[in-house]
Amino acid sequence: MNLKEYALNPALYDELLTASGRARPGLAPLSNFLRRADPHTLALKRDAADLAIKTLGISFTVYSEGTNIDRQWPFDIIPRLIQAEEWRRIETGLKQRLRALNLFITDVYNGQQIVKDGIIPADILASSKDYRPECEGMRPKFDVWAHICGTDLIRDKDGCMYVLEDNLRVPSGVSYMLENRNISKRILPELIERSQVLPMDDYPSRLFDMLCSLSPRSIKAPEVVLLTPGIFNSAYFEHAFLAQRMGVELVEGPDLMVDTDDCVYMKTVQGRSRVDVIYRRIDDQYLDPEAFRADSMLGVPGLMRAWRAGNVALANAPGVGVADDKVVYTYVPDMIRYYLNEAPLLPNVPSYLCSNPEERAFVLKNLPDLVVKPANESGGYGMYIGPRETKRSTREIKQKIEANPRNYMAQPIISLSTVPTLIGDSLEARHVDLRPFILQAKDSYVTAGGLTRVALVKGSLVVNSSQGGGSKDTWVVMNAKKDKD
Amino acid sequence: MLSRVAERLYWFGRYLERTENTARLISVYSNLVLDLPKVGFVWESLVNITGFDTQFRQRFSTASERNVVKFMFDDPACSLRACAGSARENSRTTRDLMPNEAWEKMNELHYLLKPDLSGRINRSGRHEFLSQIIDLCLELTGYLSGSMSRKEPYYFITLGRNVERADMTTRVIDVACLNLMGRQAEFDEQDNILWMGVLQSLNAYQMYRQQVQDRINGPEVVEFLLKDPAFPRSVHHCLAEVASSFKHLPRHQLALKAVNRAKRAIGRAVTTELLQTQGLHDFIDQAQADISTTHNKLSQTWFLS
Repeated sequence: MNLKEYALNPALYDELLTASGRARPGLAPLSNFLRRADPHTLALKRDAADLAIKTLGISFTVYSEGTNIDRQWPFDIIPRLIQAEEWRRIETGLKQRLRALNLFITDVYNGQQIVKDGIIPADILASSKDYRPECEGMRPKFDVWAHICGTDLIRDKDGCMYVLEDNLRVPSGVSYMLENRNISKRILPELIERSQVLPMDDYPSRLFDMLCSLSPRSIKAPEVVLLTPGIFNSAYFEHAFLAQRMGVELVEGPDLMVDTDDCVYMKTVQGRSRVDVIYRRIDDQYLDPEAFRADSMLGVPGLMRAWRAGNVALANAPGVGVADDKVVYTYVPDMIRYYLNEAPLLPNVPSYLCSNPEERAFVLKNLPDLVVKPANESGGYGMYIGPRETKRSTREIKQKIEANPRNYMAQPIISLSTVPTLIGDSLEARHVDLRPFILQAKDSYVTAGGLTRVALVKGSLVVNSSQGGGSKDTWVVMNAKKDKD
Repeated sequence: MLSRVAERLYWFGRYLERTENTARLISVYSNLVLDLPKVGFVWESLVNITGFDTQFRQRFSTASERNVVKFMFDDPACSLRACAGSARENSRTTRDLMPNEAWEKMNELHYLLKPDLSGRINRSGRHEFLSQIIDLCLELTGYLSGSMSRKEPYYFITLGRNVERADMTTRVIDVACLNLMGRQAEFDEQDNILWMGVLQSLNAYQMYRQQVQDRINGPEVVEFLLKDPAFPRSVHHCLAEVASSFKHLPRHQLALKAVNRAKRAIGRAVTTELLQTQGLHDFIDQAQADISTTHNKLSQTWFLS
């Protein structure tokens, strides 16, 4: 079965086809390919992709029932396409957003002018569990705290792209984005060429340059390391992948030590060697058992001391979580206006804060039609999706909201756009989101496209890989027809 | 280079070598049994070589061919699958230092051994399966030696390989002597075949034949496997390789001293005397202790304490 029998739902936004079933401008090469392709060809391509994934060893780890299961990366061969012109607008919007967020974090730990000016209520910050008093008064280089950000974008049925959340702490997925492109290059080379896809392979070198620029010592080749919690972390594959692509050491907590000079050293076969920049993929609370959780075996005792002394750069900086909170999120458009004096280019999903009595009343009354999210969870855990829940879970979420309203926010259900996806031997519409990656130090950079995650279960809106989601390559395509030029 | 990484590369080298050695042992034993229909063939000695007798007896009551092969295939602690799994775990965290092809081969090996192996236990498919494993190990080793710069990562893998080889050779000699030495003359005609088996299990048969013209006999085989300076699996050669790898690494004095001591002890051995006085077993024990001292010294010097 090919695209001719594709069941397009005109009530939803399809990324490839318009409501009348025609290819969107510039996306014809893929739709033509899919119209002509027979199931056998597609099945062969999928087998080739599976084999590539196997031999490349692309996997992710799911922790369940006390053991780690290494699963192969679920990849769908049909790419998700975005026109370059639209992408340029999104890119500008993402940079704008991250600049504002970094100014916000600097402000939060240095006087909180934004609270004094009445833009954000004081209790929102005071009650944030990711506010770190240890960061007060700190001014990291370039005043940038969140150097690497993975923003989740979703598109509603009206075609509008919304920001769903800003992942500032330790966003993951970029290695899968890069590997997906590698697989596409192996299995759909002609189509990539015909579609004029913007490259994204330069991400690791951009990341490396950005990290080097953070070095507190002005030396020619600063020592950059990637700090991983280790092999049992679900994103370990990515940590190893990025370290390799950047040519930096992949270190674990026990590899590093902080000496009495408040400098960080790594233990090598030569002896010890000074470290300048740490791209840490460990959550704040495990970073330094001296400062945070004393039982952390993953961290490095004294690391916060070294960071505060300005002897080592941490990317992302500790304390960024304060801006990556689903309640703080609702204020980002206000931050953009406040700090940058610009109009926000990318809208937020409309949100209701349970801390606000009126909005809470609305949420509690309309639970079956809303998505409710805890303020500080990631990976889709703890999420309540109204139309799918039982009466019992509705009762439970009600109690939770009433007990701790600050910890919850709600959003209307966004129907999420669809993309043709190979299910069995037919093409079916499946919902997707998009996670581009943004870098910021002295300048900003956005990946051309990002990681498209797809809910493989029919009708499902949950795209997380830990919960049955898959992924697609994302192609930002130059518009082949340049009529207007 | 990180100390932890050095440690993992070393263990990767050891486990990869152990995988290959184990596959070859099973393969050789499976052939040997066909040549010795009359002798009560001792599958148990295969388990003895690995040193996991206790684990085996916890799982199985008799050392039948099927049980032993099953144990060597899929035991969670000491089988082919376990060795390849440990090699993969150690290389997973150090794959950035190896050529990509090596990692791809490592995965192939892993996926070959991952599924249910009960269908592979039967003699008919066993040989091919084991050859596949040995080939993959050799391909992997080939990628390492063909495309890794002669720098620290390479030397730590080489160290692992040679320490493991030396250890394995001593084990094979030890078990062979326990089985063969105390026997009466009635088995004499089979001795030839059994000593051939010993050589084959270390891939040493051809090289031995080229080196030793006399008919195959115990003392010469033991002498060759312990002391031949040129054969890559002789204990002496492995230790010499270890010593030469050490010299490429910083701060190597203590480790080098330990391995040179072990090497000298091997060189001093008078095989015929050891065999006549039943002293070989004690001698091998001492050699293994020396190898283990070498391991400890290198671990103290370069690994994360």
